[in-house]
Amino acid sequence: MNVLLWGVLPYVMVAVLVTGTIWRYRYDKFGWTTRSSELHESRLLRIGSPMFHFGLLVVVIGHVIGLVIPESWTTAIGLSEPAYHVQALVLGGIAGVSTLAGIAILIYRRRTTGPVFSATTRNDKLMYVVLVLAIVAGLSTTLLGVAGGEEHNYRVSVSPWFRSLFVFQPDIDAMAGSSLAFRIHTLIGMALFTIWPFTRLVHAFSAPVGYLFRPYIVYRSRSGGPAAGPPRRGWDRVGSSEPR
Amino acid sequence: MKVMAQLGMVMNLDKCIGCHTCSVTCKQAWTNRAGVEYVWFNNVETRPGQGYPRRYQDQDRWRGGWVRNRRGRLTLRAGGRVRKLLSIFANPVLPNIRDYYEPWTYDYETLVDAPLGDDFPVAEPRSLLSGRPMAVEWSANWDDDLGGIPEQGELDPIVERIRRESEDKVRFEYEQAFMFYLPRICEHCLNPACVASCPSGAMYKRVEDGIVLVDQDRCRGWRMCVTGCPYKKIYFNHRTGKAEKCTFCYPRVEVGLPTVCSETCVGRLRYIGLFLYDADRVTEAASVEDERDLYQSQLDVLLDPHDPAVVAAAHRDGIDPEWVEAAQRSPVHKLVAQYRVALPLHPEFRTMPMVWYVPPLSPVVDRLTETGHDGESAGNLFGAIDALRIPVEYLAELFTAGDPEPVTRVLRTLAAMRAFMRDVTLGREIDESIPAAVGMGAEEIMEMYRLLAIAKYDERYVIPTAHVGEAHQLEELGCSLDVDGGPGMGGPFGEASGRPAPVSVETFHALRDRQTSDTVADTSASRVNLLNWDGKGRPEGLFPPRGRR
Ligand code: SF4
Ligand code: SF4
Repeated sequence: MNVLLWGVLPYVMVAVLVTGTIWRYRYDKFGWTTRSSELHESRLLRIGSPMFHFGLLVVVIGHVIGLVIPESWTTAIGLSEPAYHVQALVLGGIAGVSTLAGIAILIYRRRTTGPVFSATTRNDKLMYVVLVLAIVAGLSTTLLGVAGGEEHNYRVSVSPWFRSLFVFQPDIDAMAGSSLAFRIHTLIGMALFTIWPFTRLVHAFSAPVGYLFRPYIVYRSRSGGPAAGPPRRGWDRVGSSEPR
Repeated sequence: MKVMAQLGMVMNLDKCIGCHTCSVTCKQAWTNRAGVEYVWFNNVETRPGQGYPRRYQDQDRWRGGWVRNRRGRLTLRAGGRVRKLLSIFANPVLPNIRDYYEPWTYDYETLVDAPLGDDFPVAEPRSLLSGRPMAVEWSANWDDDLGGIPEQGELDPIVERIRRESEDKVRFEYEQAFMFYLPRICEHCLNPACVASCPSGAMYKRVEDGIVLVDQDRCRGWRMCVTGCPYKKIYFNHRTGKAEKCTFCYPRVEVGLPTVCSETCVGRLRYIGLFLYDADRVTEAASVEDERDLYQSQLDVLLDPHDPAVVAAAHRDGIDPEWVEAAQRSPVHKLVAQYRVALPLHPEFRTMPMVWYVPPLSPVVDRLTETGHDGESAGNLFGAIDALRIPVEYLAELFTAGDPEPVTRVLRTLAAMRAFMRDVTLGREIDESIPAAVGMGAEEIMEMYRLLAIAKYDERYVIPTAHVGEAHQLEELGCSLDVDGGPGMGGPFGEASGRPAPVSVETFHALRDRQTSDTVADTSASRVNLLNWDGKGRPEGLFPPRGRR
């Protein structure tokens, strides 16, 4: 059971995430969008959306740091384990609460604004459930740690397991030994990443960082140009080689 | 010097009767789909009036276009790149659907289904967004023909500005002042703020003809272009989550046909042709310090296609000789740069718009005739143009950033043409001093008359075709709005996912053949798409089958 959960599932998740994203990108570029509903309602959106997204950004950064950087490194630069935990708890707690409050506002808005609600698909609803569960579970790992007094040090259980995945020698015991809350959060997180490519969440992958570096005005030629792609089948140029 | 070609349009406002045919045919061709019910790529607004979306010209509110910063550089009024990315989760200046209008339909079914009773059944309006009954309060042309002006007229941003600027604070008497129609499409600007605002780089200006398009496959729905465009000519499709805009009917112009709005214009007032311009000088020209110099600097960017140096440079920059020749015959170049009677709309937005307008003389003529004067005599007209301050000021706010001089000059030219041609038509002795008063010769003014008044089809539209060698790619270049709400809609990821289906099944080449032949074409298609209807014959399916008499 543990092997299945912590040794096999992560790889299945990654496989689905990667192939799903590639497939979605090739098959459904036209559907790859934020599907913003700001046109219908902007008062609540302007509060909820930045809260949610900026909160989430901090949370993501926190996860990366917590999972990728080993405890020995932070200790080496003089940040003791308890100190690290306090700052992670405080920052993560604030960001998590803001994310949760943000999504609460957004869901409330979605439900109560007529046109926004009717633009909500079943796919969206499923995505919202998983997303909220992941956030709640994640936040409760943090809060349980504070409330229960004895907190679980995930940096000696979850993080080593996470890193071991990349060298294809999953440290199953480490993960199996972590607390229940962490295991639940990890599972929900994996579920979220599995459905990711098939929901509107894909818009996160097209965060337009390139905007900062390109010239303002984009010119593109009618023929050729970045997205014109190869000629359609049957229209290859004379002398072009046989496609393989 | 880098020579580039730009398709442009001129509209002769004197001839617009405000019939909205252009808007309706455009809508039938391009935006009769779910998600863009509220969208009019072409709209006709009555001036004075609020426009569509409401008060779009008020850039203090909507923050569209460019501004010149203290260092003399152009920046987007809504903020630079970093600011854009930081506000990406909620765009602070996106117009709400109510600034356009809430689209609606009528509940026609009750007319048929209502049970027998004493009351006459009524088709109530139903919102197309929520499906619920709604009160219709605004639309794309709610203040058509100055409707509601006594209450709402003060809301015209231009009226506001004139009032602020005029010292004596004259009361603006709409009913007695003037009225004209302003048809608007995307300006296909030389310095498009929409393109500059797009974080994904999905919007682009076509190298060959300068048409500004949205790549539907790359648009991610960040909505920044809607804010960026000061003319509010980018619309957000709330169904697909993508931006859409006027395409200059590129599938038509690529084969030499005019756009749908031009083709169907009742007043035959639209002109389409090429400009050649110097791409290297655009930014500089758009950054001149004084807003009132923008009209002139915009003219200066345009190149004279008859100049041998320009022709040589065009050749060097890969512009087809056929295109250069088309630019030489271009009606828009004549009206804009030679006769200089066409003016850009709101040059102060600094986007270098490429749809130009011949301002209307009719408010002045009407005023003269109403007061019992001869509205065709040169002297009267010249005098009235100088005396009637409000129409001139208003037009100047629209077309020259408030500088009355060019507007007066254009109106005087039009007045001279009018007066001179009356003498010609009535067989009177012609008066050479009339054209001379506006610095033109008799010959030239008659040429201009021919272009403006007779306006033959092939003189109004001089559109070079795209190369035949590329034709296969042009047919359905996967770049813009050549998708409909067909099979793709309702894929597994929401209503808008899946592959787009091409809209034009029939090739436009066949259409051109039909259009230029004398016989009535046989159209066997059952679906009538106005995008490729040529106005000849009565295609199958345009009208319901006729019953027996
Ligand atoms: S008018 Fe057209 S080209 Fe100009 S900024 Fe607006 S959408 Fe862009
Ligand atoms: S079709 Fe022509 S005349 Fe009619 S509203 Fe449009 S531009 Fe004016």
